[in-house]
Amino acid sequence: MKALSLHKKLEENSALLIFGILLVSAIGGLVQVLPSIYQESLRTPEDGTRPYSAVELTGRDIYMREGCATCHSQQIRSLVAEVERYGPYSRAGEFVYDRPFMWGSKRTGPDLHRIGGKYSDDWHRIHLIDPRSVIPASIMPAYPWLAERPVRTDDIQAKLRGLRTLGHPYADEDIDNAPAELEGLTELDALITYLQMLGTGFDESAAGEGGNSP
Amino acid sequence: MTTQQQYYQDEVVKRLVQFSVAWAVVAMAAGVYVAAELLWPTIDFGQPWLSFGRLRPLHTNGIIFGFGVSALMATAFYSVQRTSHVPLFAPRLAWFVCYAWQLLVLLGGLSLLIGWNTTKEYAELEWPFDIAIAVLWVSFAIIFFGTIARRRIRPIYISNWFYGALIIVIAMLHIVNSLALPVSLTKSYSLYAGAQDAIVQWWYGHNAVGFLLTGGFLGMLYYFLPKHAGRPIWSYKLSVISFWAFTYSYIWAGPHHLHYNAIPEWVQSLGVVMSLILLAPSWATLINGVMTVSTAWEKLKTDPALKFIVLSLAFYGLATFEGPMMSIRSVNVVSHFTDWTIGHVHSGALGWNAMITYGTFYYLMPRLVGTELYSTRLANVHFWLALAGTMLYIISMWAAGVSQGLLWLSLDDTGELAFGFRDIMASMAPYYGLRLVAGLIFLGGTLLMAYNFYMTTRSRTTVRVEPPIVDPAYGVVT
Repeated sequence: MKALSLHKKLEENSALLIFGILLVSAIGGLVQVLPSIYQESLRTPEDGTRPYSAVELTGRDIYMREGCATCHSQQIRSLVAEVERYGPYSRAGEFVYDRPFMWGSKRTGPDLHRIGGKYSDDWHRIHLIDPRSVIPASIMPAYPWLAERPVRTDDIQAKLRGLRTLGHPYADEDIDNAPAELEGLTELDALITYLQMLGTGFDESAAGEGGNSP
Repeated sequence: MTTQQQYYQDEVVKRLVQFSVAWAVVAMAAGVYVAAELLWPTIDFGQPWLSFGRLRPLHTNGIIFGFGVSALMATAFYSVQRTSHVPLFAPRLAWFVCYAWQLLVLLGGLSLLIGWNTTKEYAELEWPFDIAIAVLWVSFAIIFFGTIARRRIRPIYISNWFYGALIIVIAMLHIVNSLALPVSLTKSYSLYAGAQDAIVQWWYGHNAVGFLLTGGFLGMLYYFLPKHAGRPIWSYKLSVISFWAFTYSYIWAGPHHLHYNAIPEWVQSLGVVMSLILLAPSWATLINGVMTVSTAWEKLKTDPALKFIVLSLAFYGLATFEGPMMSIRSVNVVSHFTDWTIGHVHSGALGWNAMITYGTFYYLMPRLVGTELYSTRLANVHFWLALAGTMLYIISMWAAGVSQGLLWLSLDDTGELAFGFRDIMASMAPYYGLRLVAGLIFLGGTLLMAYNFYMTTRSRTTVRVEPPIVDPAYGVVT
């Protein structure tokens, strides 16, 4: 029983035990996660995918703040029924500017990855303020406060600069003009701008794939 | 206020148990409230902080970091002293960790309510909290491993390995997954983007379940089950093998949360294979646990604490079987994004984590206070409430999840979608209603326990614990 006598050493030496646990538990991550970090195809944007504008980014941060991702996924799986319901399945290259990713794990409400352009701005406005006025059976929370709050303009440049550090290609004028772009907008405006651009970073005709019936 | 010098540091254990119970009540109440919001969406009364999207992370974080981690710290501190035959290393640091952790959970919870949310599941807290967690976690490690290093007995008992794996692996996962660039005090952007962020996040998310909710609580099982049943572990060798197999294979299973998503196929397939392999060490532990109590069944008649622990083993077996099944792609196609996932998590969280913790607390509390449990009858009532609540919860979520999954995917004869999303969503109301009832029943049981402990501690006596006699065969020569 050589293995067990080796183990006797391990179970009597706390430093060895710590090292053993670290080693054994790290292997999976090193083999499985680390290669993905260096995989080029996961970092290459789709043709139509661009960094978020100042308004879109602000809307996205509101989406995060309100926890929209707890009930809405942004990930259309490559299944016939999903493509029929939501549109072309999601490509890795569409998410290269998503920090963090927003795929979600639960669909209490529908997937939103290709929600952009499906409804009018006015529909979103009414729906977000009072979901049950347009969808009577809806169980979505109402977000009346979004219409009353102006967006913050004081932190947008720091946000864009941070993202540029992480590799998002923002030009100097994007950052300079950002506060002016946000001037006078409510949080609701910014959120709707974000929703309307969701899923539009993928050129369907170029790829020739999938239908898009709501 | 004890004037007598205690051998073991048990006051800090008692305080952590009390905090854990308090968080259980708060976080479960938040869970019940969000469950009610899915039936009556207007009960947030237009208040942002009461909104589902803000309250739900409070529920999950409160359970994991408030209830779960406090319970793990309490039981780790209690058992590591006894299995090492020495008092806790750095007792002042232990008190600091005890209170600082509660403050962190409290402030973290409030930060979620005001909308600081990184949107990474089970890692929602923003970067200042992430740093605080890392610091306190390292302190936890110093206390724990420091105690082991000073032990008066040569072998390191198996429960300590699981607690050790909890401490080490969670530190690794937390640090790697939380890497982010702060742009203000309340906001940071993840160092990883898109698909890569998804892979890192589920490496974290799955293994937070693996090493905190499974591994950590297995540490609890390996100490308190044999102790309580009055029997040694059935097979120590099996526990050794299952420990290493568990530690090695769990870490690979994360990608099964991303089937048919935009990540490489080989990563998904590897995730499935390792998830299926994981069944072996999981059930090895199950067998070991059941065989350990198998000669002490008669104790179940009189001892509610042991009943909880044995029942938790059953749910542990169920959840660790269901998990690998749900990782298979053809099953996952149906289960992913549905309430089935919620049901699966709760068969683990209610059936396994909460039950084993309750059983352990019912064992611990009278010993820490030095008196009998205030009411065994109430504890028995709690047992049945917990069982009924858990069963009703997972059955209603199975029904909801399987029907959601199948209805979403079903096509009619012409190849068109058979059902609209809104109709499917609207048909969930009865299941959500049952789930709310289930949650209320479970919360009711937890409240009974809190009352029972309150009445037990009111006597305010303290037990005197003498230094144990070390068996010379295992002792450390000093």
